[in-house]
Amino acid sequence: MIAAVASGKGGTGKTTVTASLATVWGGPLVAVDLDVEEPNLHLFLRPTIEGREKAHLTVPVVDEARCNCCRACADLCQFAAISVMGSVILTFPEMCHGCGGCFAVCPEKALSCGQRELGEISWGRSGPVDFLSGRLRVGEAMSPPLMRRVKGRLQQMLGSVGGDAIIDAPPGVSCPAVNAVLDSDVILLVTEPTPFGFYDFRLAWQAFAPLGKPLGVVVNRAGLGHDAVYRFCRDQGLPLLAEIPYDRDIAAAYARGRIVADLSPELRETFLSLRGKIGDLARQCRPRKAVHA
Amino acid sequence: MREIIILSGKGGTGKTSLTGAFAHLAGGQVICDLDVDAPDLHLLLKPQRERREEFYSGHEARIDPAQCDGCGLCASLCQFGAIRENGGGLAIDPLRCEGCKVCVAFCPMEAIAFPEKHCGQWYLSSTRFGPLVHAQLLPGRENSGRLVMVLKQQARELAQARGAALLLCDGAPGIGCPVISSLSGAHLAVAVTEPTPSGRHDLERVADLCGHFQIPLAVVINKYDLNPEETGRIAGFCRERSYPVVGRLPHDLSVTAAMLRGLVVTELPDTAFSLGLKRTWSRIKGLAGLGCQGNAAPGGES
Repeated sequence: MIAAVASGKGGTGKTTVTASLATVWGGPLVAVDLDVEEPNLHLFLRPTIEGREKAHLTVPVVDEARCNCCRACADLCQFAAISVMGSVILTFPEMCHGCGGCFAVCPEKALSCGQRELGEISWGRSGPVDFLSGRLRVGEAMSPPLMRRVKGRLQQMLGSVGGDAIIDAPPGVSCPAVNAVLDSDVILLVTEPTPFGFYDFRLAWQAFAPLGKPLGVVVNRAGLGHDAVYRFCRDQGLPLLAEIPYDRDIAAAYARGRIVADLSPELRETFLSLRGKIGDLARQCRPRKAVHA
Repeated sequence: MREIIILSGKGGTGKTSLTGAFAHLAGGQVICDLDVDAPDLHLLLKPQRERREEFYSGHEARIDPAQCDGCGLCASLCQFGAIRENGGGLAIDPLRCEGCKVCVAFCPMEAIAFPEKHCGQWYLSSTRFGPLVHAQLLPGRENSGRLVMVLKQQARELAQARGAALLLCDGAPGIGCPVISSLSGAHLAVAVTEPTPSGRHDLERVADLCGHFQIPLAVVINKYDLNPEETGRIAGFCRERSYPVVGRLPHDLSVTAAMLRGLVVTELPDTAFSLGLKRTWSRIKGLAGLGCQGNAAPGGES
């Protein structure tokens, strides 16, 4: 089973929930940080890193001796990564999405493979838990290609050792967030009961409900704001799987890098129960009615 | 006209609450919410929409099953795994389709259409603190960087037409495409961080990004009292890199109380938080070259 922890709004507690679940999981687990723009899971799980590798995107390099400036590549490219001006061809590798169209369309075979560094993938262990993370190169605009590489490695790891995975997803509801939850079996939405939290929670629900995967809700900082999120969950039949109370002491412990599930027997019990409910949700795995945003 | 962009790296550090209060303190300037993915500033500013425009960006491929002969060439060419067998025929998963047109160009049956993609709306609105340019990306859609560029262009034209001294922008979390787009042309970035391991780590990444694009950076440490040692480490990092720390604000539930009432925190009676915020805003104005009011020292905390 792959469970993704997502949110819409940033800072609602995705990493807190992911790290705590990893701590109480029991059984083989890969904890995956797919928030490649701002990866934070390692700050809490403190893994021993066993390996790292750079990830690259294949981009076109022009062999000017072969290119006759026919424009076929520039006409096909949807991302303004190749442009022909008269008898000069220019490539803009930072715009390239890696679709391979230019290589396929070039009649002169005048393009060879170059590379753009996307970032780094690292892996290791945190106690009994396998750890995997992507880290976007600063200045790189596109996170989905690196996320796809991290997910590829996750499939290898799950293929060789089996077990479950829990994914710490990036905030938001556009391509990076959707990419992070796309291959999961269950999606946990972590929110806080405030107007910002609720507004973004609803956006996340609109983005993720059409995927037809089981969704469950975790309310963090419960007691802080209002009850709109509870009413919404009731009306939509969204299961509320756990509540983490608002408590300045929890916030201060998190600020010191502590894992919330380790703070008290009650909190540990909250996450143990959440872990069980995620398993139940995945097992039900009933196809949900598609909802169109 | 000066452009200030409020960023954070990590989400949930208080960008939008602070931007709303700065919009109040600035009074009558042009405001722009560049977090098009999960915009929240309108929840505080209660905009009256005056103009609404649809946003189209890129295209998506769609197979016409009546024309497709199932040869599978498209699926073998697609680098994004977007084309799959689906109940007897090939179909394109819109969530995986990158809009690259490779399948369209190579389909021997010309069975793949390539319509423009509707990605969301953007709005020009009025608020009690001045005009707001904002948007809503349709949930699950891409191209938020391009929508950010559209908003900035509209906001700049509006600011110039009104002779505004300031364009104040609320940014998105992260360091990827929408954040990079929001940095272009900014005179000052203000990063709101918090004294947590994630807050500091993400501040360092967003600072590197601002350095990469040569945008001057100032730092606000929100909730500084949650972990004084970490606050000290962040201040040390800023000193080392010569980033002015323009404010240290306490962890204060008045921010949430204001949000619940649809207000910004400076509209409530003064607290230590809102007084600190006013001093912070004076310093930011000084750094952005907007003229320094009051007795705040330019260039960081005194």
